[in-house]
Amino acid sequence: MATLEFEKELVELRGEVEKIRDDRGYKGDREARIRELEFELEARTARVFAALNPWEKVQLARHADRPHTLDYVDLIFTDFVEMHGDRHFGDDAAVVGGPAKLGKRRVMVIGHQKGRDTTENVKRNFGMASPEGFRKARRLMVQAEKFGMPVITLLDIPGASPVLEAEERGQAWAIADNLLEMVGLRVPIVVTVVGEGGSGGALALGIGDRILMLEHSVYSVASPEGAASIVWRDHKFAEEAAAALKLTPPDLVKLGVVDRIVPEPAGGAHNDFELAATLLGEVLMEEIDALSGKDVDELLAARQEKFRSMGRDAVAPV
Amino acid sequence: MWGGGPAAVKIFGRKDRDRRGPEGLWHTCRDCGEMAYAREFETAHKVCPKCGFHERMSASERIALLIDEPDKFEELAPRMETTDPLQFERDGLRYQEHLARYQKSSGLTEAVVCGTGRLNGAEICLAVIDFRFLGASMGVVVGEKITLTIEAAVERRLPLVLVNCSGGARMQEGMLSLMQMAKTAAALRRLHDEGLLYVSVMTDPTLAGVTASFASLADVIVAEPGATVGFTGRRLIEQIVKQKLPDDAQSAEFMQERGMIDLVTQRRALKELLTRLIDLYTGVERSAPEADLEGQEVTAREQPRAEGKS
Repeated sequence: MATLEFEKELVELRGEVEKIRDDRGYKGDREARIRELEFELEARTARVFAALNPWEKVQLARHADRPHTLDYVDLIFTDFVEMHGDRHFGDDAAVVGGPAKLGKRRVMVIGHQKGRDTTENVKRNFGMASPEGFRKARRLMVQAEKFGMPVITLLDIPGASPVLEAEERGQAWAIADNLLEMVGLRVPIVVTVVGEGGSGGALALGIGDRILMLEHSVYSVASPEGAASIVWRDHKFAEEAAAALKLTPPDLVKLGVVDRIVPEPAGGAHNDFELAATLLGEVLMEEIDALSGKDVDELLAARQEKFRSMGRDAVAPV
Repeated sequence: MWGGGPAAVKIFGRKDRDRRGPEGLWHTCRDCGEMAYAREFETAHKVCPKCGFHERMSASERIALLIDEPDKFEELAPRMETTDPLQFERDGLRYQEHLARYQKSSGLTEAVVCGTGRLNGAEICLAVIDFRFLGASMGVVVGEKITLTIEAAVERRLPLVLVNCSGGARMQEGMLSLMQMAKTAAALRRLHDEGLLYVSVMTDPTLAGVTASFASLADVIVAEPGATVGFTGRRLIEQIVKQKLPDDAQSAEFMQERGMIDLVTQRRALKELLTRLIDLYTGVERSAPEADLEGQEVTAREQPRAEGKS
């Protein structure tokens, strides 16, 4: 378990509850004490989380124990078959995807995938996708269109892979092609930022009819460290950058970038994978149902207009 | 992640002036360090007469290079500015004040100049991004003006030429900057659906969010010799992999070899190449007499094929 600084008191309290629960020789009213402590835990969690600053929220979104795409796929969808490869060069384990069922509906689910431990993180390049990952995603989107399946994407990426090999295989071209594909894809697309939405690599799976964010996710034009090194000329100013970038879900709803915030269990999704998945699953079902009844041309016109209007209020004189 | 950046602007602006000397008689090449008559350098459209290094051009110089009668260039949204949607501040310096400094030093209101004009007689929609303005970073104004240019091309059924350049997204406008990638891509989707031509000219440097959106979503991609083209900036790649990249990594020629760029073309041949492409792809023949091509002639060896391997 990885524990963030501000989580420590909550983890300790939670440990105490567990200890008493396991303590068969507890003197006094054990159940009452547990209720008391749980009440205390709830209150303190609410207090700690309400006081988080943007930099702490970034750390929470990057939390090593947070559920990742495949965890949500396991818990929300059924019959998932993971597809591999971009049919050009290779298979990027930092992007996963394939057909699955959401309730009774056939869907195509695609997401960035971070690892859980060091070995898996090396395999998945810490979730930093390569051109092959973006091209695999695009291939699956085209399939979804062919077979009339709504697309659900889950975003969780620090940033696209920043190595020369990725450049040589057209990192920017792969991302751009996905944008062009997604703006005109003739099936509904629901996008959810589940962890870290990092810049162009996130946007490569990020165009849709509805853009959702989990309560404790972030979505940013660049990592706070990256933005700090550009604007402050020093990555150590990441905390200042995190505050200035307006990367939290409520900020982005206000800016018109995000449509809806999906609640997480108290203390964050990593404290209860199943509840986190249930909450997200219900919302996805509702969103897909609402979009599926629409005429495709109207859907596309609305999607075009949605992105056409991004930042329209931020320019003057028009 | 979004390499290049404003640091380079300052260096370019100041040193470029200093090196010309007090009389502005000499130009010292940023690449080979050789001196040449400033006038000769300007006549060669800012290409070093000694080594062929392509110095960056301002938007107005670029328009003068490409448009037949630059004073008849009809500019779109010339005064559009950002409203500072994030109320961004760094160490007490407000983004608006920061922008005002760049407006003063560059004489531009924002990093892109766009509109319609004639290129060897053919009417085109053209946008030029100017590196001097905050590293040609893409914020809402760049995104909006590029989109307006694309929409003008769709509405008037004209060929679109974008002379691209960018250090990356405009940090100070946060996620709204990132969303300009989506906005421009959506506009280009309509243009392509309408069967219209878009030629992207990648100039030094074309990086990050601009390459990963409108700069690479073209029918034809032309780059200038030696231009840096890519996604992640060199500095960040070197930090991550902890070793120096080869000098030519991410050069236009390097990226052309890897299949990302159609043509690497000398600046003096650019206008003629665009003319030919417009003719070949759209059948819109030039209406200007040959005499107007003065200074634009290119030899058969240079013109239609990719260059830059010299």
